[in-house]
Amino acid sequence: MNTVQALLFAIHREANQPVRLMEVCGGHTHAIRKFGIPGLLPDTVSLLSGPGCPVCVTHTGFIDQAIHLAQNYPVIITTFGDLIRVPGSGQSLETARAGGADIRIVLSPLQALSLAETERSKQVVFLGIGFETTAPSVAATILTALERRIENFSVLSAHKIMPPAMAALVNHQPNLDGFICPGHVSTITGSGIYEFLSRDHGIPCVISGFEAPDILESILLLIRQINNHQPKVEIQYKRAVKPEGNMKALEIMHEVFVLHDDWWRGMGIIPNSGLVPGGRYAGFDTLQRFSLPEFPDTDNRGCRCGDILRGLITPPECSLYGKTCTPESPAGACMVSSEGTCQAFYRYQN
Amino acid sequence: MKDKILLAHGSGGRMTRELIRELFQPYLHNQYLDKESDAAILKQLSGKIAVSTDAFVVNPVIFPGGDIGKLAICGTINDLAVSGAKPHSITASFILEEGLRKTELEQIVASMSSEIKNLDIALIAADTKVVPSGLCDKIYITTTGIGTVIPGLEQVSTGKGIQAGDRIILSGTIGDHGAAIFCARYPEDILTTIVSDCACLYPLIEKISSFGTGIRFMRDPTRGGLATVLCEVAENQDWGLTIKENLIPVRNEVAGLCDLVGLDPLYLANEGKFIMVAAESISNEVLTALRSHPLGKNACEIGVVTRENPGRVILETPIGGTRLLTMLSGDPLPRIC
Repeated sequence: MNTVQALLFAIHREANQPVRLMEVCGGHTHAIRKFGIPGLLPDTVSLLSGPGCPVCVTHTGFIDQAIHLAQNYPVIITTFGDLIRVPGSGQSLETARAGGADIRIVLSPLQALSLAETERSKQVVFLGIGFETTAPSVAATILTALERRIENFSVLSAHKIMPPAMAALVNHQPNLDGFICPGHVSTITGSGIYEFLSRDHGIPCVISGFEAPDILESILLLIRQINNHQPKVEIQYKRAVKPEGNMKALEIMHEVFVLHDDWWRGMGIIPNSGLVPGGRYAGFDTLQRFSLPEFPDTDNRGCRCGDILRGLITPPECSLYGKTCTPESPAGACMVSSEGTCQAFYRYQN
Repeated sequence: MKDKILLAHGSGGRMTRELIRELFQPYLHNQYLDKESDAAILKQLSGKIAVSTDAFVVNPVIFPGGDIGKLAICGTINDLAVSGAKPHSITASFILEEGLRKTELEQIVASMSSEIKNLDIALIAADTKVVPSGLCDKIYITTTGIGTVIPGLEQVSTGKGIQAGDRIILSGTIGDHGAAIFCARYPEDILTTIVSDCACLYPLIEKISSFGTGIRFMRDPTRGGLATVLCEVAENQDWGLTIKENLIPVRNEVAGLCDLVGLDPLYLANEGKFIMVAAESISNEVLTALRSHPLGKNACEIGVVTRENPGRVILETPIGGTRLLTMLSGDPLPRIC
């Protein structure tokens, strides 16, 4: 029997009561669907997808703000590819680009900084999206910008941190039995940030890797914690995650960013859940350089991304899914990003 | 500015002739082009004639493993070859952007010439235009290929003879071209070089041309990748396809890049691979023949035609799960983390 078969055998033998497990990382959502894991699990194990895709939890007002900036100021907007097709309230960055706005895809914030170095006459704005995984690299870029005195670079930040959202989920999702905790985020943060979930809320947590045996082993570890009534934080992804995390990355992140109350799509404002450049780095916050209006969060009519992000429904339960909302013509962000739950369902129809 | 293409090079006058003499003729001259007439006159071809046309735009125009010139010859010749045709001749029309460096153009023309010579075909007609800077991305090339259909292979372009039990064969690793272009576009961030698989497939397909009607279908999975071709061929049919994901060869560096940036090799473009459906009775011999050529050394069987799941492509994952394979939707976008 190979590892996968052995894990599946154990899961089928030990999952003797219904359990609802949630993953909060887009990489896991994608991998679970790609490997066809749901079809191999017993009926007692339900997998839910939470707010693990950074693009998906970003509100439409952020896109509107970026477009407003691109259309009204002589700026170059730089962005990760995922964001380009996300619908704002009126248009997306992609349609704004087709209309003449200077919007460019980059693979890293450093690429945006290089652009600022060569295009000194223009302001280069980087759209900062992502959790603890990406925030340190953006922080490091800001440190480099300061060091090299590149003053035409700034970050429009929608960076977020994961624990406050997980706390909000537990408060609104009483039927949640365990978290498959994010692998990449945890390489930075370590395992301590989840302790309050098992200690205060009795929710088992396992930090998982991204290969099929990793995910299956994490599911098995969660089932065992549930069966033994011993909720705790375990690291399955030991080859990448240390309990203390990446101290250097955390230090840089805390040096550059300060916490603020941030808006999460589908979840509303969550206290102290967002990151913006602060202190001596506040000048790198795009909002400090330009006077931009606030745009409200306005989801497309009928779009239920919000409910999907909270694990309340699965994508096929949304009336737009696969009909008016497809990857070619997305109504909501969850269908745009390769990490989005709707796109994972659509692409890997199990 | 002597080293750059100017608008006047496309005027049709003296400078156009100079450009042709300086950069095109040394590489591409032959009995057809040397006549400098408005049309090539071909001798009668025997059998059924296959014609294919394709426009080529790529950024960057020169990439590891090839350039837009090689691509423009291979792309059109491959469309003929997977339609069961022996290539005979090709035409090319060039749209050049004002300001294009002549050295780049020369490299592109030289690699076209090299592919044409290797295939022993003729470039029978050509044209050049120049557009103002900013109106095209360095160079666009359109080629049209003409070939004669090999008797016994008339069915391979439509796949009408496919039936349950037939085997699905892939000529080699997937995703190499798409991954190569991706790396070439982001040299600062992706510090690795992946070589495109850009190649003319005819010499490989010639190896299996004698199998005749046992070869049911052939196609080269270019834009949209392997997944999209499989979905296209199965659409509206009364049979389905079952593919085993762990049998699909992917080079380690391509798989690594895809993991890193969130792309899927199943949807990446290929420019030197083809898939075929072959009768079960000949599939082993076909594989042996393919593997005897360097372009087919990684050829393998990746799946089977089934009575079940008509019209659908089922992918069996390495851990035994199944999922439905769907066509490429939108552009593949690199993800955040």
